[in-house]
Amino acid sequence: MSRIAARFKSLAAEGRGALIPYLEAFDPDRETSLALLKAMPAAGADLIEVGVPFSDPSADGPVIQLAARRGLKAGSTLAGVLGMVSAFREDDTETPIILMGYLNPIEAYGYERFCADAAKAGVDGLIIVDLPPEEADVIEPHTEANGLDIIRLVAPTTTDERLPYVLSHASGFVYYVSITGITGTRTASAEDLQKALPRLRAATSLPVAIGFGIRSPEQAATASSIADGAVVASALLATLAETLDENGKATAQTLPSVLGQIKDLATAVRAAGGGQKAG
Amino acid sequence: MADTTEHGISAAQANSLRHGPDERGHFGGWYGGRFVAETLMPLLLELDQAYSAAKSDPAFQKELAFYLRDYVGRPSPLWFAQRMTKELGGAKIYMKREELNHTGSHKLNNVMGQILLARRMGRTRIVAETGAGQHGVATATVCALFGMKCVVYMGATDVERQKPNVFRMRLLGAEVVPVTAGAGTLKDAMNEAMRDWVANVADTYFLVGTVAGPHPYPAMVRDFQSIIGEETKIQMQELEDRLPDIVVAAIGGGSNAMGIFHPFLDDASVRLIGVEAAGHGLDSGKTAASIERGRPGVLHGNRTYLLQDADGQIDEAHSISAGLDYPGVGPEHSWLNDIGRAEYVGATDQEALDAFQLCTRTEGIIPALESAHAIAYAAKIAPTLPKDTLLVVNISGRGDKDIFTVAEHLGVKL
Ligand SMILES: Cc1ncc(COP(=O)(O)O)c(C=O)c1O
Repeated sequence: MSRIAARFKSLAAEGRGALIPYLEAFDPDRETSLALLKAMPAAGADLIEVGVPFSDPSADGPVIQLAARRGLKAGSTLAGVLGMVSAFREDDTETPIILMGYLNPIEAYGYERFCADAAKAGVDGLIIVDLPPEEADVIEPHTEANGLDIIRLVAPTTTDERLPYVLSHASGFVYYVSITGITGTRTASAEDLQKALPRLRAATSLPVAIGFGIRSPEQAATASSIADGAVVASALLATLAETLDENGKATAQTLPSVLGQIKDLATAVRAAGGGQKAG
Repeated sequence: MADTTEHGISAAQANSLRHGPDERGHFGGWYGGRFVAETLMPLLLELDQAYSAAKSDPAFQKELAFYLRDYVGRPSPLWFAQRMTKELGGAKIYMKREELNHTGSHKLNNVMGQILLARRMGRTRIVAETGAGQHGVATATVCALFGMKCVVYMGATDVERQKPNVFRMRLLGAEVVPVTAGAGTLKDAMNEAMRDWVANVADTYFLVGTVAGPHPYPAMVRDFQSIIGEETKIQMQELEDRLPDIVVAAIGGGSNAMGIFHPFLDDASVRLIGVEAAGHGLDSGKTAASIERGRPGVLHGNRTYLLQDADGQIDEAHSISAGLDYPGVGPEHSWLNDIGRAEYVGATDQEALDAFQLCTRTEGIIPALESAHAIAYAAKIAPTLPKDTLLVVNISGRGDKDIFTVAEHLGVKL
């Protein structure tokens, strides 16, 4: 069983949803982001999304844009991000790692080589924002050969006719984009989420995580109890950004602030429980 | 039709270069496509259907023809540039006068088509990206004409160097949003326009200004711009009783070039030359020559030649001309380059400035700096060609918007 499937299965047995925090690789530098990555599971991360900085993140809001820019300035490359994941795997062989980013760095790296190297580094799944199923044939043979999941985004605009097609290309879990918009802007209401989930449940037996616009412990608790997991990204990156000094360097507050926020989110997610788990 | 068909494709079609892209929006099976977030995919599929329906609807074509004639001012003349021809002493130079269109460039051809489509689709709010501001002005113009809300994203650097167009857009009632990300040029404006679209899908139509972006934009914009080449073909027939030998056009995203090239793709005798902005020089590192100095990759919804580093991060482009200052190019050009049907060359900032003055002095036509790149290359090769060679340069726009930039480079204070 893949790490992703195993993790959702054990959480279902515990009767709760997953907290999936996000960090941008190399933000604000390699050491700090690696230290953050390594400390996330103990703070309560059940799965972790690692953002791969890209020069033109056209589906992201200002917070992730700035984080990506800091990461690139600190020398992030796709190979460098895989190196971070390898280092993380030295002490953690269970927490699933999902890379989230855009297609061009992967195309530049080479699809076959990338999938082999990512699997070797200990990556479990990929979210490639600008790769819809229609274009995914460039990478699918290689993700399959290397046991990598492709996590598919489903949006409020995804029609009922289209949904089965999208899900037929999904593995690992399904990422429900809870709003029509870019990251870190609006937040969906609990009612919107309640309404959206049955449609997904009816169409897939994969776990469903909700993301885009989840900031507070309450929102994370709501989302992870309605679905099977909650992704929190911009809220954590914004906290990290606030702790940086005037030169954009990490300070003594950086790790404790972000990790403290993850602990608060995890506490709320664990307390919320949840009944309708998949798997 | 009497064509014999095999697998549903007629023999004539199979041998044509004019039937791309395929259903997935791919040119030559690789370039183009639809590389966007899931939120936008259903909208692109809807747009594709709506455009296909409009394209084959005589009522839509009739409406478009009406506005092109009575509002845009088509057809545009094909002008024999007698004094320039004489001065250069070689090929016979003709100019396709797209700068005479309303709003001063070829951009309105495409914008008129898309605004009518947006209206058919019931959209009420238009977003657009712009570099030189010509596409933004054209979009703001039709939004004024039809009473629609208009938001134009423009890089902060471009806002600074194209002030007259910014003022024009605001007069026309558009909201102009300066984008400070990156170098503040067209690439950044495109990112921001896409973000706006994702966030406002219910009422908003994204009116793309060139033959780039996700399918169906490259094909649709090309179709709307193809009137340039169709007219050129007929006009040259009337003037010279034959096809031109060479067609030269500047390449930003590639819409004026695609528009004049497309009707000639199957006429193998016609050389098609796209002129990219070489900036400070092709090997200076400060260039916008995506085909000559880039590699294929994926940006802004399509796969095409891009200026990028080894890690796949997109480089900043450089050109004196805001309309060419883009690190990508339309996917159909990438394909035409690879199969060798069109040639792609560069003209530097300096060569464009020289050509700007040459055209103004010899023909009394002040060209856009974008178009001046095409003129520069035409002027370079014309003297080497026989006098009976028919060379058409696409004058994609007029240069009034550029006089401040040119004055600065000539050391003149306005
Ligand atoms: C007059 C003019 N010509 C050419 C261009 C370049 O665009 P394209 O290559 O799509 O024709 C622009 C873009 O702003 C323009 O304003």
